[in-house]
Amino acid sequence: MAEERRFLSASGVPIALRRRQHSASCRELAVRGPRLQLRSLSAATSAVWLAAYGLFALCENSLVLSAAIFITLIGLIIYLHFVKIDQESLLVIGSLGIQVTSAYASGKESTTFIEMGQVKDVVINEAIHMQKVIYYLCILLQDPEDPQGVSEVVPLFQSSKPRLDCLIEVYKSCQEILEQRKTAPQSSEIK
Amino acid sequence: MVLKVFFPSCCSSADSGILIGRWISEQNSAVILAVVHFPFIPVQVKQYLGEVQRVTKVSVSVLGSWSNSKQEKEESLSEFLEDLGTIFCHEPWIQISKEGDSKFWSCSVLQKHSKNPQEEEIILVYYDQRKVMLSHLHPPLDTAGPGAEDASKLSAIFDTVARSQVLFMTDRYDEGPIKLTHWQSDGVEASIIVELLKQASVPACMLLTLLLSLHSHVFCRVLKFWPLSFLWSKLSTCEQLGHRLQHLQVISSNKKAQNQNQLMRKANIFVSLLIDVALGILLMSWLYRKNRIGHLADTLIPVADHVAEELQDLLQWLMGAPAGLKMNRALDQVLGRFFLYHIHLWISYIHLLSPFIEMILWYVGLSACLGLTVALCILSDIIALLTFHIYCFYVYGARLYCLKIYGLSSLWRLFRGKKWNVLRQRVDSCSYDLDQLFIGTLLFTILLFLLPTTALYYLVFTLLRLLVVIVQGLIHLLVDLIDSLPLYSLILRLCRSYRLAAGVKFRVLEQQDGKPLRLLMQINPLSYGGVVQTYRLPTYSCYPRDSWASLCKKLFLGELIYPWKHKGDKQN
Repeated sequence: MAEERRFLSASGVPIALRRRQHSASCRELAVRGPRLQLRSLSAATSAVWLAAYGLFALCENSLVLSAAIFITLIGLIIYLHFVKIDQESLLVIGSLGIQVTSAYASGKESTTFIEMGQVKDVVINEAIHMQKVIYYLCILLQDPEDPQGVSEVVPLFQSSKPRLDCLIEVYKSCQEILEQRKTAPQSSEIK
Repeated sequence: MVLKVFFPSCCSSADSGILIGRWISEQNSAVILAVVHFPFIPVQVKQYLGEVQRVTKVSVSVLGSWSNSKQEKEESLSEFLEDLGTIFCHEPWIQISKEGDSKFWSCSVLQKHSKNPQEEEIILVYYDQRKVMLSHLHPPLDTAGPGAEDASKLSAIFDTVARSQVLFMTDRYDEGPIKLTHWQSDGVEASIIVELLKQASVPACMLLTLLLSLHSHVFCRVLKFWPLSFLWSKLSTCEQLGHRLQHLQVISSNKKAQNQNQLMRKANIFVSLLIDVALGILLMSWLYRKNRIGHLADTLIPVADHVAEELQDLLQWLMGAPAGLKMNRALDQVLGRFFLYHIHLWISYIHLLSPFIEMILWYVGLSACLGLTVALCILSDIIALLTFHIYCFYVYGARLYCLKIYGLSSLWRLFRGKKWNVLRQRVDSCSYDLDQLFIGTLLFTILLFLLPTTALYYLVFTLLRLLVVIVQGLIHLLVDLIDSLPLYSLILRLCRSYRLAAGVKFRVLEQQDGKPLRLLMQINPLSYGGVVQTYRLPTYSCYPRDSWASLCKKLFLGELIYPWKHKGDKQN
């Protein structure tokens, strides 16, 4: 079953959180940011081309115009493929692990899977970002040598930056599944 | 606890039978490797599994039953399958059944000796057997410690499938008592080209080893004599050739590669050598077509002459009033004439060589067939030889300046009544005689007023030398790039990305209530940056030797600088 709710991100843009429960120990949480707007695209393209026309008027070299078209195309491709993230999702499978996916505007998906044995906990942390203090959700990874220590902090939803209300929903969903592994029968520790 | 079943997607359409695989009790997961079909004799199955276990060291056993009923579900079959559980007693006994063409299978677990008979949740994970078998898991670089072995549960699964290769060698056309279904059950695959290459590589390796041993006996003896060994260590071409010979030795060794890293290293070296030689031959054919090398040789002498003339103009400018500064006329003339005479010697030497240049260049150009890297190193050496006079001037200027600075600092200490104590390595006070003080002060003044002239000559020649060093450095950077780029790994990442795995990714398939959770496990390939970092070939130089601060200090004091360090150099 899937449900979708609207929230705001830290910078004020509207985002949508979608929760799906696939089974008792498997949940998917996806945060979708706003799509690329035609307005901003046209504005950027017009600005670059006006500048190119201005240069052309000064130096009378048509290479400037073709270079401007080239730069616009390459810049758009690089932006869509490497910069603009449309959707970030978290798939929590109890007893297997946590999978973090970022889907870019060009369709590329970059995935990381963290095994459950390495996950210590999922917490909400505070950070200073530019001139603001924001909340972010992160996964704490276990240090193999030191059972109490944390070896790495993996921040989640870095490009959509949801606010605390959205983060609390995600946090509660994750913790319900993570608690299951603590209440699991101690069969693995008898060995 | 949750039970995970890893099911190969090639067995989805197999006929009914029993499941064999490995049970990993620490993770409560079952890795299914194949399906054994009816009819079979349980004793023979156990014998076969015992043999497989002995060969592969993987604890393969019968894990459960698989029923694929094309028509309606048969009650008798399900009882028969439960009875099998008593014959092959395995805890827990997994029963998977598929009805018709339905995607949603029902999976149940029989636990005879369980303490709490509650319903366990079952997760069904499909995996592509061939890809998982061929893939090599790369752990992240920072967790390569002893605890990493236990931490990665997925590597146990990859390991199981990879080591069970002998299980996949029997296909359904074999006349054995056991009929299996796995990814190769339709016929064992092999590639003719790979087999031919394997056969051809043995004599080729032996030939190479013979040639290399010949080289090491003859050449290394010859090189021990002084002039040759000095030249050998100074020319970068010879270093590059030595590096390539080492590579050839690695490839032609008879020992099989122990693990994945060694195999990739050998393959990378081989492909890199091949591409290098191919580019070198391409360059050579371009150079020798239309006699371009003749043109190059013809322009070499005028270029050398031009450089020498520019230097002469520079010296004339320094001997006058450079940038409006007023030099000490006598010292200026002495230094200027000294350097001008040097340039004159150099030009006559070049003109002496000029009839032979074309022939020398023609033969040296032939060595470009050894590789593009060798051609670039030759270019760098030619630049070094042509600008040898700049190097000489730099050394003269630096030594003069260095002497002057040391003299000044020592006489400055005398001026203040102190002395450098060599025994204690510190500055001590000292009482000088009057005549010592008088001469010392006189010398100090002379040196101080001659300092600007010397400093200017030093500055100019140091800048020229740094320019040449930067050009040579760029060429060496390119050579190192070609040397260390792991081309085979990059091509593998492009064409067969499942071979180099950074991890796995799961995709949730369609679900139905009441049926187990269905996931698809795919291989997450390593990024290109990760491939280059993991499989980089080591090179023979590392730069830079000095940090910026120590470089500036050396320049200020007039010490000679050798910016690029080579791995064989002793530290001074």
